[in-house]
Amino acid sequence: MTYLDANASEPLRPQARAAAIAALDATGNPSSVHAAGRAARRLLEDARETIASRFGARPADVVFTSGGTEANALAIAGLGRGRSVIVGATEHDAVRAAVPDAALLPVRPDGTADLDALDALLARTPGALVCLMLANNETGVLHPIGDAAAICRRHGALLHVDAVQAAGRMPVSLRGTGADSLAVSGHKLGGPPGAGALILAEGRSDIAPVLRGGGQERGRRGGTPALPAIAGFAAAAARGAPPGIAGLRDAAEAAAVACGAVVCGGNAPRLPNTTSVALPGIRADAQVIALDLAGIAVSAGAACSSGKVATSHVLAAMGLGPLAGQAIRVSLPWSVQPADIDAFATAYAAMAERLRRHLAA
Amino acid sequence: MQPASRVYLDNQATTRCDPRVVDAMLPWFTEAYGNPHSVEHAMGREAEAAVETAREQVAALIGAQANEIVFTSGATESNNIAIKGAARHALRMGDDRRRIVTLATEHKCVLQSVADLADEGFEPVFLPVDADGLLDLDRLRAALAEPTLLVSVMAANNEIGVLQPLAAIAEIVKAAGALLHTDAAQAAGKTQVDVGVGIDLLSLSGHKLHGPKGVGALYVRRRPRVRVAPLFSGGGQERGLRSGTLPAPLAVGLGEACRLAWAQMVGDAARATELRDRLLAGLSAAIPGLRVNGAMSPRLPGNLNVTFPAVTAVRLMEAVPELCVSTGSACSSATIEPSYVLRAIGLSDEEAARSLRFGIGRFTSAADIDFAIAALADAHATCAAREAA
Repeated sequence: MTYLDANASEPLRPQARAAAIAALDATGNPSSVHAAGRAARRLLEDARETIASRFGARPADVVFTSGGTEANALAIAGLGRGRSVIVGATEHDAVRAAVPDAALLPVRPDGTADLDALDALLARTPGALVCLMLANNETGVLHPIGDAAAICRRHGALLHVDAVQAAGRMPVSLRGTGADSLAVSGHKLGGPPGAGALILAEGRSDIAPVLRGGGQERGRRGGTPALPAIAGFAAAAARGAPPGIAGLRDAAEAAAVACGAVVCGGNAPRLPNTTSVALPGIRADAQVIALDLAGIAVSAGAACSSGKVATSHVLAAMGLGPLAGQAIRVSLPWSVQPADIDAFATAYAAMAERLRRHLAA
Repeated sequence: MQPASRVYLDNQATTRCDPRVVDAMLPWFTEAYGNPHSVEHAMGREAEAAVETAREQVAALIGAQANEIVFTSGATESNNIAIKGAARHALRMGDDRRRIVTLATEHKCVLQSVADLADEGFEPVFLPVDADGLLDLDRLRAALAEPTLLVSVMAANNEIGVLQPLAAIAEIVKAAGALLHTDAAQAAGKTQVDVGVGIDLLSLSGHKLHGPKGVGALYVRRRPRVRVAPLFSGGGQERGLRSGTLPAPLAVGLGEACRLAWAQMVGDAARATELRDRLLAGLSAAIPGLRVNGAMSPRLPGNLNVTFPAVTAVRLMEAVPELCVSTGSACSSATIEPSYVLRAIGLSDEEAARSLRFGIGRFTSAADIDFAIAALADAHATCAAREAA
């Protein structure tokens, strides 16, 4: 199996595996005061320091959650209280579904946020909460987040950044972006699934919880922390994308383009590991199934909505029309090898030829 | 201090992850890393299949069907979804009942979830318990005279281990037309818990039954169907009830922990009871005036909570640092506030401060118990003598 669906879940990094397995042996509850509890607490706080330093924040401002979805939900509930909310048109469902009645910020044809539109929206609703992702999960397109933060500041608005896909694939710093909060997920950067974090800016750290409990995470998130997943998350977060990954992505993309594919968002700055390639006239689900049979794992969109293949709201927002139902996402994992790209190129060419012939017949 | 020299008797706070559970999880930490929601490719489908097996294992422990189990990050999240979700769904459907009944001795996350709902127009009712820690059924009937939406009663208390009479409670709640939620974080896997007695919603936790931290489950009855609103939205996983990528390794670990708990329940419970009784007999013999908190029966096999006659719990814990025990719920154990559970069964602040909770688990040995008896007897005598001097 050639795994090119990293944006659904990255393979576990060996350092993360070792850390998670070691933490499975730590019996204590980090809230207990006895020796076993203190050992567990140390693991938790070490992880917090690693995450804080990796993402440009203070340890006290890191709230561990069960993952990216919960981190986004906590940010929106906590920072959005009493504010109107503006959501980027290409945001992940975790953000869009959290505020179904939010105003939508359009994107430009290349997939990047329309900052003039943001300025105009905020002029009408100053003090809003703006939710904008750092990197898109389907196309890898990066929003101009620093510029967006400056516009938000000018209007007294708050900015929450979903950095789930960007983290681990490019340097990400909360202080650097100027945002008010940042959501990250462990399994999207090579940690085990089951842990993530909401990282808050200084002065925004005191937010009301979504999960009420025993006062863990300074009252911001109840429940015994998922120690093994958190330890693995921290160990994985210390790593970055392998240096040659953009070149391999470009090679995969070129192979698809040679078969007549169109790159979605290819003109915008992108994550180094992601490409969205549309094959005009061929349904995305047919492409994914054909590639699966050939041993190549890719996806037609976000994994969460897999199985209910429909038109991508991301590509539709970019104005791609029918192509929005004809694109597959190829996302390279940290462990990718050149042979994986060769296998993809061969399978893609065979798939494109066969499905076109099928269509013509 | 070396970890090997520690004696861990705090199994109500958290339990050691069973090595067999770790073994079951390991493949999902290594070669198998598909996202269980990526059913379009083979690796995703493998993960999905493993998660579904785990769902069946969890369901089997409590007499439920697999499609009634929702995976969560733990019992706190399960309790939040059950309580807030049931209330909010009813409100959305135009239900005009507002009363939500729970016990004064529930876990903090239940108390706070219920209390939070007051801000949304609901009417929280916190029922007292008797000196044994048990709910008086007549009080429950009286509370339910007012149309009630939801009753949340824990199966076993996390501090004093007493088991509430769930079957009798379910009958009363059903007759009143309300929903019954039970927080079974402590009871599941330790003692029989069967949703068949009339439970609509049930929460359980992985790390309380020798599974991993970071995973739990919520049982939501299908027939007749119970509906709850999700706590947060997103990719719509777990049939829209709980969005977010399912942590396949953790779910597999929870499933295996439930399977083992079910298979070993009778033997585990007998061993824990024997060790617990040995602990109580030893402490009582060595320390005259020692008092048990909460009914001894029905009670969790591995739980003991006692008040010492002359020395505070904090002093005893300082005197025996190798012994891992607690003064109450782990979540609040960093605070020095007296246990609200012990207060609710009639102890004074001063008595509560002289009380310790012991939690015996699958890996507790007779030697651990004998160490605890000897060390505490010694510490109690020394500290009491010093105070008298």
